Amino acid sequence: MKPAPFAYAKASTLEDALSLLAEHGDDARILAGGQSLMATLNMRLSAPQVLVDINRIDGLAGINDTGDALRIGAMTRHSDVETSDLIAQHAPLIAAAVDHIAHPAIRNRGTFGGSIAFADPAAELPACAMALDATMHIAGLNGERDVPAADFFEGLYETAIQPGEILTGVSIPKIADGWKSGFMELARRRGDYAIIGIAAQAKFDGSTFGDARLVYFNAGDRPVSTPQTAALLNGQGWSDDMAEKLAASLKRELDPPDDLNADGPMRKHLAGVLAKRVLGPMAGA
Amino acid sequence: MNEVVADRWILDRPNSYIGRSVPRPNAPRLAEGRGTFVDDIELKRMLHATYVRSPYAHARIKSIDPAAAKALPGVVAVVTPQEMAKIHDPWVGVLTHLEGIKSAPQYALPLEKATWQGEAVVAVVANTRATAEDAAALVEIDWEVLPPVTDAETATEGETPLIHNDLGDNQAWQRKADFGDVDAAYADADHVVEETFVFGRHTGVCLESRGLVADFEPSEEQLTVWHNNQCPHMVQNILADKFRLEEHKVRVITRDVGGSFGIKVHTYADEVATVGLSIMLKRPVKYIADRLESFVGDIHARDHRVKGKISVKNDGTITAFEIDDLTGIGPYSMYPRTSGIEANQVVNMIGGPYRFDNYRAVANVVYQNKAMMCQYRAVGHPIKCAVTEGLVDKAAKILGMDPAEFRQKNFHSDDSYPTKSAQGMPFENLSHEECMKKMLEAMDYNALKADRDAKRKDGIYRGIGFASFIEVTNPSAMFYGVGGARISAQDGATLRLDAKGNVFISTGATEQGQGMEAVISQVAATAVGVPPERLKIITGDTEHTPYGGGTWGSRAAGIGGEAVAQAGRQLRVQILEAAAAMLQEDASTLDIRNGVVVDTDTDNERISLDEIGRICYYRPDTLPDGFQAELVATKHYVPRKFPFAFTNGAQASYLEVDVETGFINLINHWCVEDCGTVINPLLVDEQIRGGVVQGLGGALWEECLYDDQGQMLNANMADYLVPMAAELPDIECGHAVSPTSDSDLGAKGAGEAGTCGAPAAVMNALNDALSPFDARMTSMPFTPKKVLQALNKI
Amino acid sequence: MDMYSDITLTVNGESVTRCVESRTNLVDFLRYELGLTGSHVGCEHGVCGACTIRMDGRIVRGCLTLAAQAEGAEVWTIEGVSETNEIRPLQKAFVERNALQCGFCTPGMLLTIAELMERKPDASREEIREFISGNFCRCTGYQAIVDAVEIAREKGANS
Repeated sequence: MKPAPFAYAKASTLEDALSLLAEHGDDARILAGGQSLMATLNMRLSAPQVLVDINRIDGLAGINDTGDALRIGAMTRHSDVETSDLIAQHAPLIAAAVDHIAHPAIRNRGTFGGSIAFADPAAELPACAMALDATMHIAGLNGERDVPAADFFEGLYETAIQPGEILTGVSIPKIADGWKSGFMELARRRGDYAIIGIAAQAKFDGSTFGDARLVYFNAGDRPVSTPQTAALLNGQGWSDDMAEKLAASLKRELDPPDDLNADGPMRKHLAGVLAKRVLGPMAGA
Repeated sequence: MNEVVADRWILDRPNSYIGRSVPRPNAPRLAEGRGTFVDDIELKRMLHATYVRSPYAHARIKSIDPAAAKALPGVVAVVTPQEMAKIHDPWVGVLTHLEGIKSAPQYALPLEKATWQGEAVVAVVANTRATAEDAAALVEIDWEVLPPVTDAETATEGETPLIHNDLGDNQAWQRKADFGDVDAAYADADHVVEETFVFGRHTGVCLESRGLVADFEPSEEQLTVWHNNQCPHMVQNILADKFRLEEHKVRVITRDVGGSFGIKVHTYADEVATVGLSIMLKRPVKYIADRLESFVGDIHARDHRVKGKISVKNDGTITAFEIDDLTGIGPYSMYPRTSGIEANQVVNMIGGPYRFDNYRAVANVVYQNKAMMCQYRAVGHPIKCAVTEGLVDKAAKILGMDPAEFRQKNFHSDDSYPTKSAQGMPFENLSHEECMKKMLEAMDYNALKADRDAKRKDGIYRGIGFASFIEVTNPSAMFYGVGGARISAQDGATLRLDAKGNVFISTGATEQGQGMEAVISQVAATAVGVPPERLKIITGDTEHTPYGGGTWGSRAAGIGGEAVAQAGRQLRVQILEAAAAMLQEDASTLDIRNGVVVDTDTDNERISLDEIGRICYYRPDTLPDGFQAELVATKHYVPRKFPFAFTNGAQASYLEVDVETGFINLINHWCVEDCGTVINPLLVDEQIRGGVVQGLGGALWEECLYDDQGQMLNANMADYLVPMAAELPDIECGHAVSPTSDSDLGAKGAGEAGTCGAPAAVMNALNDALSPFDARMTSMPFTPKKVLQALNKI
Repeated sequence: MDMYSDITLTVNGESVTRCVESRTNLVDFLRYELGLTGSHVGCEHGVCGACTIRMDGRIVRGCLTLAAQAEGAEVWTIEGVSETNEIRPLQKAFVERNALQCGFCTPGMLLTIAELMERKPDASREEIREFISGNFCRCTGYQAIVDAVEIAREKGANS
């Protein structure tokens, strides 16, 4: 089970990487952490002609405090996110999510940006980015542009990153006073992709929800936000009735796919269970 | 009262190592990454093979165009089925004692059609594995896709296409059994309880995949194969036979093996083909199955649907069992063990722990276009155990009896041996009562029940489940040999004293990681009278070990170990004869203890083994006239009194069901078993634990999922869920000890007991947890989806 | 840029220079170019953990890292950490507790645990199980491995 032959190019600067992408077009793939890409190459599910390795580009890794937000460099390894004090302090949702990503050896190599750019609908970080209104920083030969998370995920493994562009980082607004996060996923085994998971963020006035966002992963072809269900929470506190209302609303709002572990109806059911288990405690219930 | 006819001399030896947790001599090497697994072997001019595998479950090969593949630089050969068939004979996986079993001739590469998705069809050989894979992608095969047979339930119906026309139908075998009078028992019973059980198809997933390096030397017609098979002598025989070679010119070497569990005990077509490639090319050829190939190329196991019945009286007496078993085994019966044995075991062992006289069974074994099925750890045992114990639990519930108490009432009592099962299987000496009693104590059963009941009031659903079981170990020639398979049931051991007073041991048993080398060293050290560090163990080489069966059927310790015990005693006698000649003593007054010849009565040291070695090898002229020292001893052993040494045990599971998500959390697991003489408690417990976890895998996670076109849907490690550390409980082990009188050592097998009982214990615990609901689950694996369906949540 | 890559790296403390096919992954490079066959190949898609090695101080999957990416890196394999005695107490505990059976997962398991003991020296049994949850062992059922970590830790603390 060896990959088909490919050429390997190590980019030393962002410009270098962008010009390699420009040169090779569709034949090239970016090699970030490689924890998904390498597996697909080994299985010959994909056979690019050229891999452009962006691991050695200075400045693409690291977590910086930019005032109201944290900028997480695309090449920041999951394990560095996991142990970051800045993340723990300002992005508790990310902190809660990151150690659910695979296993230590994968987290040592896999990157924050790689997870976002790969846009696996079952992955944790894209859903968190949606729930947090993150901003994606995308570089091209013509400069850098920003795309809000809500516009970034366009479909199954599809994002707003255009051919020839590279995701350079993600800005996560710092959690503000009165806001709380919630995260939970249901995976058959620790580190597996979840059957379904939830990333939630809400502002609280006492125990009353405001501006709630619920984003599910492995519930569609991309991270799935459920604004109609979230709206039921706003201005309300937690109750058993609320749990039932949310579950009923989620059954209408979600249209999750079938796979080997679960079908759509099971995912809808579990979405309601997750809402109850995450949102109740967030409200202090 | 048990008649002990064996001489337990070895248990009474001074300085005995039997029963001690001696560390494994080969473990430090493995812990430093210094093992030699097949893929670690590199030979000069070695080539690498890979195979073009069928993308279809059932398809005729219309034509093969290898031109583009052959043209790729680095490619040495592309070999079609027709080319391969010229140099070997096909094989047919039948045994005469499985009356009526039939199968089609199987070739290294299939001549006319592929009969499962993943079957190797064309061989590609290149300088590197990567290049071979590049070339394999260029081989063009024109297929005529045929309708596949996938559903075992309809495999033998008239409309279903035939997999092998010459066989006339898709039925591989049917076994029927009828003992006592089941209908009369039903008529007389207070309750006849029925249940249907489903066991998913799963597979072994040895972390080291199957592989071999075949090296044919044409001038001497010598074939050497480095192979990670469990049975080197069996492989030697089969390769010689199928390639028309002289058997003494086929050498099979098994070095370290990365787990086998029954997966590496069969004749795999792609491995035979690799040997053929070496013969054709006259060069060493390596083939290592990659993980994707392993999922469709390794044998699968289980995949049974069993309709079961039990009849009971209101006083709690079991009066009859009945089963109807159906299993689909893929397109051929596996050679040489056949794919009928699993169903045979189920039929033979239903109801094993319990007294009852009436039994009826039918088992239908059918062909289908899925990966081949055959024997995997605890062959048939998890099935017969779960069916038996599931029925027993359901009957106890209907009778309103405690499940432990109901079992205890019906066990063959510990003082009733020797006895026979309803099927006529002889039980030498079992200990169901003792095992259950010890386990209930270990569990603190009453406290556990109180905990379960208290938590239910808080909406936490926990369950306790039991499984008592019997297990076949130490198989005699009645298992395979009687049916015509050239699989050795006996094992040999040769012990040799070297000139420095150390002992070389060659054994036909093989090491797969279970700790066989430690067991052999303990037995030899005890039998001869030397410390284990003075032993060197040689295994897994048909040129250097006595003929033996290798490792399967929980036999290595009980059979291979006994041969070593006998050879060790014989060597001791021979050494003492030499010592007696040197010391002018009567040999019967001497013994060997801790590597020194001593006076038996006083323990006074007389002469060291290295001095004996020195004199015998360098100064034999100083020995008395006419005395020739013989410092090599060989003994062979095969069980003769019983066809198998049945073992027994009990397991219990305590688990919690999340009734909203369907997730099952394993809290505790217990196993108390009886493998006779425990040679190494540490190793036995770890065999139990590892076995339990393989059983848990089948109960909760593992299943080879197929669609109706015969495509395996989860043939990778991300989607086929093996048990990993975070989901597993600690497992508490205990023992009863009922040695077999068939050997002096008295050891029975321990390798499969864990796998046998764990699924049943989990199933019963799950149903206990679900008992407040109108839900009952009998289809493994018990996935969250099935749990939610059973609870009508989805 | 080529189908081949020239690489220089340090493996188990020794400098190594080779020209490799760019598609060669790190574990194949270690095994077949350098003969360091202690790192094993179990799945080649990043799930089983048998190929776990240490690169620049952290464990990585050898099958999901290209040899070309190890240019300039410091790589340690089971052979290296055995010879330096770095993980000797852990290896001894594995042998004593029979935490390995076939030994195929063991090198990857040991390197994973070495990182656990550094990062989470007080890990509970549950945390140990979580940390090794990406390393498949078919033989032991894992309990002996968890025990061995505790034994090694105890002996380390007492030494």
